[in-house]
Amino acid sequence: MSTIVSLPDQSTATLPKRTYINNEYGLKSWLLTGDHKRIAILYLISITFFFFIGGAMAGLIRLELLTPQTDLVAADTYNKLFTMHGIIMIFLFLVPSVPATIGNFLIPIMVGAKDLAFPKINLLSWYLYIVGGGLVLAALICGGVDTGWTFTTPLSTHYLNTHVITAGMAIFVAGFSSIFTGLNFIVTIHRMRAPGMTWFRLPLFVWSHYAASILMVLGTPVLAITLVLVILERTIGIGVFDPTKGGDPLLFQHLFWFYSHPAVYIMILPGMGVISEVISTFSRKRVFGYTAVAFSSVAIAVFGFFVWAHHMFIMGVSNYSALVFSLLTMLVAVPSAIKIFNWAATLYKGSITFETPMLYAFGFMGLFTIGGLTGVFLGSLGMDIHLTETYFVVAHFHFVMVGGMLMAFLAGVHFWWPKMTGRMYPEGLSKLAAGTTFIGFILTFFPQFIVGYLGMPRRYAAYPPEFQVLNVLSTAGASVLGIGYLLPILYLTWSLKYGKIAGNNPWQATGLEWQIQSPPLTENFVETPVVDYEAYDYEWLANKTKHEVQTVG
Amino acid sequence: MDSQAIATLPEHDQPAHEHPEYVRHHFANAEQQRETANFGMWLFLLTEIMFFSGMFAAYLIYRNWYYPAFVAGSHYMIIWAGTLNTAVLICSSFTMAMGVYSAEMRNRKALLRWLTLTLLLGFVFLGIKAYEWHAEWVEQHVPGLNFSIEDFTHINPQYPDDRPLSPDMAEKTQVYFSLYFAMTGMHALHMCIGCGILIILLFQAWGGAYTNGHMNTIENFGLYWHFVDIVWIFLFPLLYLISRHQ
Repeated sequence: MSTIVSLPDQSTATLPKRTYINNEYGLKSWLLTGDHKRIAILYLISITFFFFIGGAMAGLIRLELLTPQTDLVAADTYNKLFTMHGIIMIFLFLVPSVPATIGNFLIPIMVGAKDLAFPKINLLSWYLYIVGGGLVLAALICGGVDTGWTFTTPLSTHYLNTHVITAGMAIFVAGFSSIFTGLNFIVTIHRMRAPGMTWFRLPLFVWSHYAASILMVLGTPVLAITLVLVILERTIGIGVFDPTKGGDPLLFQHLFWFYSHPAVYIMILPGMGVISEVISTFSRKRVFGYTAVAFSSVAIAVFGFFVWAHHMFIMGVSNYSALVFSLLTMLVAVPSAIKIFNWAATLYKGSITFETPMLYAFGFMGLFTIGGLTGVFLGSLGMDIHLTETYFVVAHFHFVMVGGMLMAFLAGVHFWWPKMTGRMYPEGLSKLAAGTTFIGFILTFFPQFIVGYLGMPRRYAAYPPEFQVLNVLSTAGASVLGIGYLLPILYLTWSLKYGKIAGNNPWQATGLEWQIQSPPLTENFVETPVVDYEAYDYEWLANKTKHEVQTVG
Repeated sequence: MDSQAIATLPEHDQPAHEHPEYVRHHFANAEQQRETANFGMWLFLLTEIMFFSGMFAAYLIYRNWYYPAFVAGSHYMIIWAGTLNTAVLICSSFTMAMGVYSAEMRNRKALLRWLTLTLLLGFVFLGIKAYEWHAEWVEQHVPGLNFSIEDFTHINPQYPDDRPLSPDMAEKTQVYFSLYFAMTGMHALHMCIGCGILIILLFQAWGGAYTNGHMNTIENFGLYWHFVDIVWIFLFPLLYLISRHQ
């Protein structure tokens, strides 16, 4: 049953005197901070920077594809564009997007701790990210990489004369940033929970981050050693993947996808955590099937490790292993569907309101479902032979990554913006942005399913003229999408100074983070909280609100 | 927690608990800090296992495919150097364990002595490894930089009963040596990092650290050192011993 909680009057609220933001001043206090909240802000700024670089490349790609000929950029420039777009968006935006920003900010607060277990390692992981990002920029400025983000051997090791080594080192370093983030989360969730905060009182946001962290910790080192071997092969000429020396390029594919398939769950799971929080809050109802949703995150993480070869069906893996991997791929759909159905059941009979985070969450549910189901198409062997390396694949993973994860990221940023900054974003504009993003997204990527099904291959700068109409639609959509992403940057920056003051709990949400002041103190809690209620307990909140003297200010 | 959760006044600056100096502010007590650091270290070692496992997987596959090349390649390993190095590393694990023990006993002198010994054994290992690599360079067994299949298409004088490899299979010895250099190289890199950290720890211990009851760092570094040893305990049989008498 949902419990209706009336919003308290926030008009008299003022910002708290002492917060993590004004605790110390000066650039040094930010660059040498151990505070997880400040590091989250550093991450937020840096991933936004890389998002717009990657986005500009996407814009150029779409402009080139406006016409069937290669007229805007040369074919090899086009190769570099989509490679750098992929590298930046995956390793510098999507992987750290929710975990390193929102997760970093909230996980210690949600478990009732003063900080992550290892604050210095947390800061180190940001510096590693910056070094990785710097190396990517260096590779970009020196002339780019054109291997595709997959670094396929022997193309990457022998045949290309671009900055593969720099880009490989960048991903190696950024990978360690991700390992340290995951490690910090796991240890924090195990060892730093407040008294009374049992595993099944944890918000689902924490569960999904726990699952994603397992993937980061176990998967990323394999990518790291694979890239080391590629770099050694390119510089020294050792022969682990080189067929002329007896190596096998297929082994590279196995090792690469052993990380890079779980990596898509690293990218999506934290987003699913955001959606659980948002859906529950704006339905004023406990998430339906809490335990099922929690374990489905872990199940996705576990299954995620056993499906990697579905990226390799056309690469000459044996028929039997293709069959097994196809079956296992179908299995991942089960926990994902559990989540979607449970969110839908949470909405049922809830007191739904349509604030901006909720709009983004609805966008997530629709687009992720389409992205996920088309993933099942691609996981089935016969269909995959037809669709692989076409725009169908491009549309599929953009539905999951952009339609899913980016929507979730924006939902999370809007949802916790009042907590992070103490101020509200402008509601009207942000609803407009959510709508624009959704329409722009559908317009950009839906035509790509059709054009892919018709047989347009990915990764080419030119295409047959009969595909032009669909490509023009897609490019038009990309411009709308671009506006949808620019708007939040503008109004969120504006709101830092002029936004309405939010107060502690503008959404009447139940999480521990909403029971403290916004923005929080450096030490998060004045006294270690004792948790004696379940997650998403709106009854408890209603009772508490009734007896509480509002002491903001 | 309701009312206290909202900080209304700027002047509550007193620390909540009496903390020993070495307990970081966000831990409730020294015990929690110790458990947390320990758990983090084990988790980090897990990532290290995954890091090396990529190469072990490659070794397993290629050994199955190119069995004769792997046998022939391992016949060129310097067995005494590998054995000696194994002994050196096992000894260094012992001295490291003694270092952790002396830190626990708060014996600064013993700690310094054992850590220095560990460091020296680490250097001995790296020295012997460098000697081996040099020998392999001289014998032209470094794939990519300096490699020749000569040795493998002719009878190995130390194994006169072996048949020489066909030129095609002899080419595959490059995979064996690639993996050999990648694996021992990564291992040596970990040794170097270990020695670097050990030097820092030595300086700190010299200044009196780690013998005041706070020894998480020494304990966790010990775990790292033992892990690097264990990696070698797997590398030695796989690269040197397993095909010795085939």
